[in-house]
Amino acid sequence: MRYLPHTPKDREAMLETIGAHALEDLYCDVPQKALLAKPVDLPVAAGEMDVERIFGALAAKNLSPSAAPSFLGAGAYRHHIPATVDHLIQRGEFLTAYTPYQPEVSQGTLQYLFEFQTQVAMLTGMAVANASMYDGATATSEAVLMASRATRRKRAVLAGGVHPHYVDVTATSAHSLNIEMVQPTSDPTRPADPASVIDLIDDQTACVVVQSPDIFGRIIDLRPIAEAAHAKGALVVAVTTEVISLGLLEAPGNLGADIVTAEGQSLGNALSYGGPYVGLFATTSKLVRQMPGRVTGETQDVEGQRGWVLTLSTREQHIRREKATSNICTNAGLCALAFTVHASLLGEEGLSRLARLNHAKACKLADMLADVSGAEVLNDSFFNEFTVKLSKPAEEVVEALAERGILGGVPLARLLPERDDLVNMMLVAATETNTDADMDALVQALKEVL
Amino acid sequence: MADQSQGRSNVPVGGSQPASRTTISGSQGLNFAEPLIFEMGAAGRTGVDLPDHTVSDARLGGLRRHAPVGLPGLSEPQVVRHYTRLSQKNYGIDSGFYPLGSCTMKHNPRVNEKIARMKGLGDLHPLQPDSTVQGALELIDTLATWIKTLCGMPAVAMSPAAGAHGELCGMMAIKAAIENRGEADTRKRVLVPESAHGTNPATAAACGFTVDSIPATAAGRVDFAAFKAKLGPDVAGIMLTNPNTCGLFENDVIEIADAIHDAGGYFYCDGANFNAIMGRVRPGDLGIDCMHLNLHKTFSTPHGGGGPGAGPVVLSEALAPFAPVPYVVHDADGFKLVEHKSRSDAKPFGRLKGYHGQMGVFIRALAFMSSHGSDGLRQASTDAVLNANYLRARLGDVMSVSFDGMCMHEVLFDDGFLKDTGVSTLDFAKAMIDEGFHPMTMYFPLVVHGALLMEPTESESKETLDLYIKTLRGLNQRAQSGDAAFFKNAPVLTPRRRLDETAAARKPVLRWTPPVA
Repeated sequence: MRYLPHTPKDREAMLETIGAHALEDLYCDVPQKALLAKPVDLPVAAGEMDVERIFGALAAKNLSPSAAPSFLGAGAYRHHIPATVDHLIQRGEFLTAYTPYQPEVSQGTLQYLFEFQTQVAMLTGMAVANASMYDGATATSEAVLMASRATRRKRAVLAGGVHPHYVDVTATSAHSLNIEMVQPTSDPTRPADPASVIDLIDDQTACVVVQSPDIFGRIIDLRPIAEAAHAKGALVVAVTTEVISLGLLEAPGNLGADIVTAEGQSLGNALSYGGPYVGLFATTSKLVRQMPGRVTGETQDVEGQRGWVLTLSTREQHIRREKATSNICTNAGLCALAFTVHASLLGEEGLSRLARLNHAKACKLADMLADVSGAEVLNDSFFNEFTVKLSKPAEEVVEALAERGILGGVPLARLLPERDDLVNMMLVAATETNTDADMDALVQALKEVL
Repeated sequence: MADQSQGRSNVPVGGSQPASRTTISGSQGLNFAEPLIFEMGAAGRTGVDLPDHTVSDARLGGLRRHAPVGLPGLSEPQVVRHYTRLSQKNYGIDSGFYPLGSCTMKHNPRVNEKIARMKGLGDLHPLQPDSTVQGALELIDTLATWIKTLCGMPAVAMSPAAGAHGELCGMMAIKAAIENRGEADTRKRVLVPESAHGTNPATAAACGFTVDSIPATAAGRVDFAAFKAKLGPDVAGIMLTNPNTCGLFENDVIEIADAIHDAGGYFYCDGANFNAIMGRVRPGDLGIDCMHLNLHKTFSTPHGGGGPGAGPVVLSEALAPFAPVPYVVHDADGFKLVEHKSRSDAKPFGRLKGYHGQMGVFIRALAFMSSHGSDGLRQASTDAVLNANYLRARLGDVMSVSFDGMCMHEVLFDDGFLKDTGVSTLDFAKAMIDEGFHPMTMYFPLVVHGALLMEPTESESKETLDLYIKTLRGLNQRAQSGDAAFFKNAPVLTPRRRLDETAAARKPVLRWTPPVA
């Protein structure tokens, strides 16, 4: 086996050193009845070429978005990833390193995490950010738990436009800790209604969670909700599932957010059927010691040279055990690196252009779809994604489009199956990867299908 | 000799390093002085060519950004050089031996990276219609089959994103099962051995349980009598790592499983150390109810400087109905995802993650499994145990092995051998860095003083282990000779020397800020 270095002679010599006769002797502490006499019933070893064939055959059974006009979003977006990103994250010194517990030989990881934290703080308009979380959904759930700890309150209000997966993940952990969760229903055929959220905020509310652009693509003004929340002593958690929108839209930190969580996949990370992604988590200086997750901080070595270390570990499980702020012990290191390299390549000008390009593409597609009979674009505002109301159930339409080799959109019923009013609605996203030909193909196919 | 090549020494004549000297640039040869990206670049420069579209405010809801973000402008070559230089300040498995106990730092095959990037796998959108991702769902289902077969368990929850996330999944399943029995108000206590990883008690607390610590015996195992004495109608379960964090197999594990079940509780097994027993022991045969696997440990998906990982959780018949959404089912029409509680025939406790789990990690793990096969996986775990015992046998006479007898895939030493030398575990570890080795895990587990936990994995050759042994024996000799200053100063050959962690925590600087003009 190509990964295993020992020859039979090596094993023999080592057993002799140990004072064992056979490899089985190494397992003398295992109860005899639990020891397997032979390998389990699974395929035997395969060479590299054969393994590539197995996976090539599986890949061939999928419709690759690279080979089809694709307009899928709902929190995961297809963007162009510069070749530089994928090259740099595959450098073995990054790829095969552990969490940077030994800072003297981990300055590479620590410095890029410090750069990542700075970029996230800048994009969100917040004072500080952590070194990343599993994804946007878990980051949002952790934000609600953090708000509950910080305010010592046990109630969370979620706006109707929060991504349903984020809602479900948050509800799952809230249930464990007896945090009550309330959420009004939001109707995408009408403008977002801040009063529906504000009315639910009381003096027992730990936080209000608001997503913008929301799950229907609408851009939400956080300010009136933040004002109402702060008046009741509640914190404001602002959520963004499309981080590139922050290149064109006001940072939530400037609109009253106390915690900002986001999905960072759009920068540098492949779609990869939903993971691994990178959760962004930023907050104010005041709340930093309540923040979950790994954090890198600046310091000096014994010679006075600037360097970086993991810090604020007294919040964490390996020190605090059951009193820790969270049970998390990893971040999404390599995904954070991909994010930070892509953001560094873009810079101020590149990010602004990319964000404008996405919005321009979406505006163009929205205008084209407005001319399709049986399709109605519902949004007054959007970044690169909007809701289309169809004359037929969206799941049927999406299947029919897929048969024509087009990944046309996400049926809202897939995310919110209990909502009868959403059956005919489809989320459509456009990014810099969509060509005019892609959009023509979608419009043409929709005319046939509807 | 392992450190000789055809009779010629690999170390420079005299074995000494040239003294470092001050340079004009601040760089020293290949050890580059590299600023932060925010201290580089120029406004208007960019590393990506994109068209410059003007867009109107009409559809931006009045929320257009006016102030700049503050990102620096760099060209593509500047970015390539910056991150290449940073990478050179890192130690990875590709660089050298990484015997970090409980972390399973094994070789990361590059074919797995290639496969994860295949068109039709790496570029799939999570919300494509199921009809367009039959290969992806089959892949998840195949990986689930490998995991269930290796563990001897009937079910697996695939979505947890890391080991600690898997713990959360397992404990939430236990909580759901207890609620389903109507005992939510009475069964609140979880037993956790004092040698456990810190995530275990943190996870139990995150699920709303109280934590009750179980002591260890002098042999480094759970004190079975003390454990039995703690059982009662308020016990929800036990969280036990097996093999445990002392590198030992819990020989009473079957009796522990029977006792916790008799008391009406569940057995959570922490599978962080599955690399010792993969293909040799099926945890299902030991009576566990659930266990997470760290795909980034046992199945070699890259640690990536602290993630991403994946922590699927195997479940017994008793807990399987409570597995979270989403999961894959198979019928005559092919594979389908069940994504909502309301669409499930069972009783899912909820959802742990956006979308369907760490697909990119699944692909790499299944590629690793397919390459090894059932025979290769069994050989891999056996070699990992062989390597750890080889270290134990060849270092045990000069360093203090904490517990007698055969160890599993890692071996635990305490700082007894450093007594009266003035050298601490930390100092000893830092001196190893100058020798070109990554230190072992230090000060964990907490059950021995000044722990040094070494996990060599199956990836290391006898030659590497021999050089490591020779180095540690030499360092020990130096410590015993009274040269504590040598250790206190270490490391000296690294990009940075010891860093002030106290100052970092006292006055945290967590981001770059522009210099005040």
